[in-house]
Amino acid sequence: MRYPILAAGLLAVTPASAQDLPVLTVYTYDSFVADWGPGPAIEAAFEEVCACDLQFVAAGDGAALLGRVRLEGARSDADVVLGLDTNLIAAANDTGLFAPHSLQTPALDMPVDWTDATFLPYDWGYFAFVHNADMENVPTDFRALGASDTTIVIQDPRSSTPGLGLLMWVKAAYGDEAPAIWEALADNVVTVTPGWSEAYGLFLEGEADMVLSYTTSPAYHLIAEEDPSKSAAAFTEGHYLQVEVAGKLASSDQPELATAFLDFMLTDAFQTVIPTTNWMYPAVMPEGGLPEGFETLIEPDQALLLSPDAAAEARELALDEWLTALSR
Amino acid sequence: MADRAQPLGLAGWAGIAAAVAIPALIAVTAIAVILSAEGGRGLSAADWSAIRFTLWQALLSALISVGLAIPVARALARRRFWGREALITLLGAPFLLPVIVAVFGLLAIFGRNGLLNTALVAIGVEPISIFGLHGVVLAHVFLNLPLATRLLLQGWQTIPAERFRLAASLNMGPGALFRHLEIPMLIRAAPPAALVIFVICTTSFAVALTLGGGPRATTVELAIFQALRFDFDLSRAAMLSVVQLVITGIMALVALKVARTPDFGMGLDRPAKRWDADDLPRRMLDCILIVGAALFLIAPMAAVFVRGAANIMGLPDVVWTSAGRSLLVAALSTLLVVCAAYFMAAAAARLRNGAAWIESAGLLAISASPLVLGTGLFVIVFQFVDPARLALPVTALVNAIVTLPFALRVLIPAVRDADISFGPLADSLNLVGWARVRLLTLPRIRKQLGFSAGLAAALSMGDLGVIALFADPESATLPLQLYRLMGAYRMDDAAGASMLLLCLSFFLFWACDWGGRRGA
Repeated sequence: MRYPILAAGLLAVTPASAQDLPVLTVYTYDSFVADWGPGPAIEAAFEEVCACDLQFVAAGDGAALLGRVRLEGARSDADVVLGLDTNLIAAANDTGLFAPHSLQTPALDMPVDWTDATFLPYDWGYFAFVHNADMENVPTDFRALGASDTTIVIQDPRSSTPGLGLLMWVKAAYGDEAPAIWEALADNVVTVTPGWSEAYGLFLEGEADMVLSYTTSPAYHLIAEEDPSKSAAAFTEGHYLQVEVAGKLASSDQPELATAFLDFMLTDAFQTVIPTTNWMYPAVMPEGGLPEGFETLIEPDQALLLSPDAAAEARELALDEWLTALSR
Repeated sequence: MADRAQPLGLAGWAGIAAAVAIPALIAVTAIAVILSAEGGRGLSAADWSAIRFTLWQALLSALISVGLAIPVARALARRRFWGREALITLLGAPFLLPVIVAVFGLLAIFGRNGLLNTALVAIGVEPISIFGLHGVVLAHVFLNLPLATRLLLQGWQTIPAERFRLAASLNMGPGALFRHLEIPMLIRAAPPAALVIFVICTTSFAVALTLGGGPRATTVELAIFQALRFDFDLSRAAMLSVVQLVITGIMALVALKVARTPDFGMGLDRPAKRWDADDLPRRMLDCILIVGAALFLIAPMAAVFVRGAANIMGLPDVVWTSAGRSLLVAALSTLLVVCAAYFMAAAAARLRNGAAWIESAGLLAISASPLVLGTGLFVIVFQFVDPARLALPVTALVNAIVTLPFALRVLIPAVRDADISFGPLADSLNLVGWARVRLLTLPRIRKQLGFSAGLAAALSMGDLGVIALFADPESATLPLQLYRLMGAYRMDDAAGASMLLLCLSFFLFWACDWGGRRGA
């Protein structure tokens, strides 16, 4: 009974790619490969220079991506994994599945130094609370936010990377005082969503005054929708960074191609695509600079980022503090 | 009651095989997940509080859904009005909605800027917040009241018209009729309906967390998600799933035991005419109930429709191809569900004492965590072939398995009634094999078969299930595409895709349901 169905399914999904070119398989997150994401343009640009067939495989979000690689282990088809962030690097290194990139890191345009031997960044952004531009009394730090009656939607740090980013933001800015900050924030939190999409959707439907997102979010509305009505709140304690990275797998059957891809990743052909498809800052500023509209975004004075090891170490305690404060 | 059971026959054996295969598949996937584990830290206090919250909200949701469904189904059962059939079909729609679409539909009515609060503020009343346990229960009732109503309505239809005639000739009022006819029917129909809804709500994840207002509203499914995605603690994920299965298994056996009361015997299939409750106050009451339920269920869907209608023409092409792919998945899993459910129902009808076991085997499928099921299948499939190649068949299979319990709940009583009422006559005519299926069983279960097929098709259309684990860029289904749109700020396109999904799901349901009821 199942065979005809399997056969029908195979016919339906097998693409006609009987080419002899070597195949480079890159695992990444869902929104990267979407038609409106960076994937298609980058695939075309890399295939022009590599004499290879670049295949993206989408696997949920950053955390799901690492889970997938761990499930597959050394037998994975993947050559490169693109889309982990700094909070996942320690866990990724622990798997022993990744190989050093062995590239000379070019000068990066990021607010922090980067020296990791395994993972290379391809874009970055600041977490920020996004609000409607006409909102009055926008809080300027976490204390003011906690003391105000501004409502916020955040993501759950147990299921979402921005949610975990917020946890690290409060931890990096306030350290041992973090529990008190969370207790003050508890009555501002309208709800906690499993992922970024639900939270941002709730905000756009008007369920809360602010949502945890990125300083670059208003650029999407401005550039893609010609809608200048969204802003990000600048916080005086600094903004936590999300740095998105890629690394090659030790088990890759195309190690040279994988290295070539990581090298390509920091060139203009890749980096120019990032700002208006991934809505993040490029890791290396392309020759033409940032697209028009990005100059309207807030630029935090101070960037916060815990090192991968410090982030991994802080996570469990920070999560407990968060749960305790918000479960009251 | 005749105890000489009919021989099982081919269909019966196939049904038993399916009833064994489902728990076996669930067990195999759980074992595959545990075998991939790298050692974990066991269940924590937070996990246990997640288990408590999960059970509590599921119990509330199930009781309230069925509690509200009883008067609504009774009103629908004893009134005849123009458009009644269409209304019954339309009221089924929320159950078919993907949860994320339902959440945004509900927010358009009950949210901070929703219609209700706008109206409340306009008349000077303090606005209400949808976030909290009450919001979770509200959403679950919205999603499941339709199913409860349909299941109970079918219960009313099992009371033969002759009983109402007899009751009228004995001059029974609505009260006496309720005691003598409707309560015995409800004892048979309500516990299994409540059970199915309870089980659906135990695997709730996005609704509970999004509307729950914070980490207090953590369900087991979220704990599993965390264990799988962030902690990569596979053994803990599998353990949580097993805890959930055990609880459901116990609930299933209890509820199905309660439900085993004598049935009403056979009738002559006359259309049921009601002589009771014909006075004005009761007419008014039923009218209010029907209008109230219709408003509650239809308003959020109308909001999704209106919000999406403006954006549907501008949808990217990939959304349409995903929709085509989803239709294919829905067709495959509907076929699987209809065959498996018919076979299992045949087995259940013939193994009179084993019926509860067969239905419980089906119910386990919806209580198994889709995440663990998907991960287990992934681990197994990955040994042999690139999982992306099997994305659609695996999705169809899993969707079929998780839809099966609804089909069984509807089909088992129908097949049993057909067997009990007409089995002896068919036996005396030596009507066996395919001829018996064609002449006796199919005509008597076609309504239920159509309803099951419609449910299977629509649910499969909207279910995200396991596709996210398996899909590559080229094989996204419509619900996955909807998530991708939302994940890329494209909320307007997502609204358009939601509307498309709503319309396609509802069309599939309507087509199958109507096909089954036509002339029946």
